[in-house]
Amino acid sequence: MKLLIKGGRVINPAANFDETADVLIEDGKIIKIAKGIQDKADEVYEADGKVVAPGLVDIHVHLREPGQEAKEDFASGTQAAAAGGFTTICTMPNTKPVVDTAALVRSLKQRAADVGVVNVEIIGAVTKEQAGAELAEMGDMIDAGAVAFSDDGHFDSNAKVLLNAYDYLHTFDKVIINHEEEPTLVEDGVMNEGHRSAMLGLKGRPSVAEDIAVARDILLAEYADARVHVAHISTARSVDLVRQAKKRGVKVTAEATPQHLTMTEECVNLFDTSTKINPPLRAQADCEAILAGLKDGTIDAIVTDHSPHAQEEKDREYIYAPSGFPGLETSLGVMLTDLYHAGKLELSTIISKMSYEPAKVLGLTAGTLTEGAAADVTVIDPELEWQVDEKKFYTKGSHSPFAGRKLKGKAVLTVVKGQIVMQDGEVLTND
Amino acid sequence: MEKNTLSLRGKNVLGLEDFSPEEIRLVLETAKEMKNIIHRDIKKVPALRGKSIVTLFYEPSTRTRTSFELAGKYLGADVVNITAGSSSIVKGESLRDTLYTIEAMGVDAIVMRHKAEGAAEYASRVVSPVILNAGDGAHAHPSQGLLNLFTIQEHKGHLEGLKVAIIGDVLHSRVARSDIYGMRKMGMEVHIAGPKTLLPRFLYEEPGIVVHERIEDAIANADVIEVLRIQLERMKGGLFPTTREYARIFGLNDKRLQLAKDDVLILHPGPMNKGWEISPFTAYGKNSAIQEEVQNGVAVRMALFTLVLTGGKQA
Repeated sequence: MKLLIKGGRVINPAANFDETADVLIEDGKIIKIAKGIQDKADEVYEADGKVVAPGLVDIHVHLREPGQEAKEDFASGTQAAAAGGFTTICTMPNTKPVVDTAALVRSLKQRAADVGVVNVEIIGAVTKEQAGAELAEMGDMIDAGAVAFSDDGHFDSNAKVLLNAYDYLHTFDKVIINHEEEPTLVEDGVMNEGHRSAMLGLKGRPSVAEDIAVARDILLAEYADARVHVAHISTARSVDLVRQAKKRGVKVTAEATPQHLTMTEECVNLFDTSTKINPPLRAQADCEAILAGLKDGTIDAIVTDHSPHAQEEKDREYIYAPSGFPGLETSLGVMLTDLYHAGKLELSTIISKMSYEPAKVLGLTAGTLTEGAAADVTVIDPELEWQVDEKKFYTKGSHSPFAGRKLKGKAVLTVVKGQIVMQDGEVLTND
Repeated sequence: MEKNTLSLRGKNVLGLEDFSPEEIRLVLETAKEMKNIIHRDIKKVPALRGKSIVTLFYEPSTRTRTSFELAGKYLGADVVNITAGSSSIVKGESLRDTLYTIEAMGVDAIVMRHKAEGAAEYASRVVSPVILNAGDGAHAHPSQGLLNLFTIQEHKGHLEGLKVAIIGDVLHSRVARSDIYGMRKMGMEVHIAGPKTLLPRFLYEEPGIVVHERIEDAIANADVIEVLRIQLERMKGGLFPTTREYARIFGLNDKRLQLAKDDVLILHPGPMNKGWEISPFTAYGKNSAIQEEVQNGVAVRMALFTLVLTGGKQA
């Protein structure tokens, strides 16, 4: 089957390519990118006025399977990804049980093949049961296909354990993704420690808890010549710590979420549980620092930290609600609306940070539009106006802080390995 | 009587941040009338006859729950008490479902105390009866804030321009937060003091208040001192070395009291840890209005019930 995507603005960050061109796809591969392709195709997609981008890559997603299928599963989660324009997503291992063995990695790869509509890569746990004590069998998991390791959701308090993990993984050249919040400082805090938490009486998670965690993990990585990736960076100080470390040549990368870029602790209004996330929404100065970090290359990737929960889990008292919300279906729209249309980031930068660069962080062969490469392509209509409606979400999750927002810009076509899996918001499944 | 277009009918009493100075004044004026009823031989008026009120308490309470219950009963309402330990809550029923159950029985008002900040706000979104917040975590305790204002006004004749010192465990205190909003709206000069570990770190960013670390600096020349209870049950430890040292350095006693104005009024929301945050002599001394507050609490809650359930325009 041949698919021709005609007349779009093709943006391929890997090759610094940004021109109007056609993209021809056959047998799951991109076979030609050129102007005025005349080849006959089975299907022609007119992309006039639209952007043809590498399929978006999200390296921080919680699909909840196995064990928490009321929140999400591989079918609903990958459909949400397709709806949001993502062709590759990487799942975090904090499931029940924790993904800490090769057998689990293999079974999840199989689940992805059986019910997934986009590519799914598996991130394994650094330590057994993510308990921060003994190393998980990371070598075995790599052989089973794991692409990176993380105890996400937890901070590995034991510095020796993390140093061992850095050293052990050095052989395999895989990256560790760290959730950076020193637990003795966050305790049972539920929002940023600041003026707002002071007046709401809610317990705070101070920004310094992230700063000292990032500082420690960078210093350990520097000492061990290891690779570390800072998950969902949220404070101005930690952005600066990463910036300085990169200047010194430390192998550190970092990611940020649309929510930490565009929302602040002031949004924790009326105890709305959709605003409860870890790390918490911070201050305006932190948002600006994250934006500056994206611009100067300190921050490599935009991720969703897609963290769906069942409706009844989030619909309760603020302090008891679990942290996180589903982000796959709003991420691109929020980035385009609040950063591109607001004149804060170039469109090509946003696409790069949502495809090519995150893929590079984990060493994935994704995020590029290259002749001969797998045909993972996302067509974006940057001008499309739409409203976030949770009822239309493919994810099982709810309580998005972006619910009801009017956004401008959306993925309108998602192609995975040459197959159209989403068109005009409609996800096409095989069953 | 002046023509008053202001009505609190149907208003949820969640926190004093949602009250205008005029609304606070209306509550205080109404409470004055209500206080007369408490002093009658037969303490019963039919103002709320046919209204039903449920008190839903997820945390222990003596004075607040009894105060709300008596306030409702003095006004002729039917009052039913639900406490967490003796209800379906122990079977794991969610707050939402408990509220639905109460609503389905045709209740007009729910008085709620809960450990979780925002629980009352949440309840107001879930069900239709009027919600009166009787304390939600460290967030708000609006009826306590109002009765403090009422007590101060009774003694001083006015509120505007008075200097108040709120001292002690501000971190865990819902009373302090309601005081800050209420007192500032009424034009009082609000000073806060306590050991730094018991002050929210960024409280100083709140406009219109002054934060001190030494209680002496807050007490100096004060018209009112509100002493907060050290809420050991909410602490994980380590916030101050010992209660002995706390009492010596941060406790209110008669010696420190001399720094304040002669006619300084002492408040404490209770229950007191006597000998810790306040010396027994000071607690029962001539400047103390601590017992009086309890009676005023009933009057203020009668006013709140009347205003939110009838608008105060009953015959």
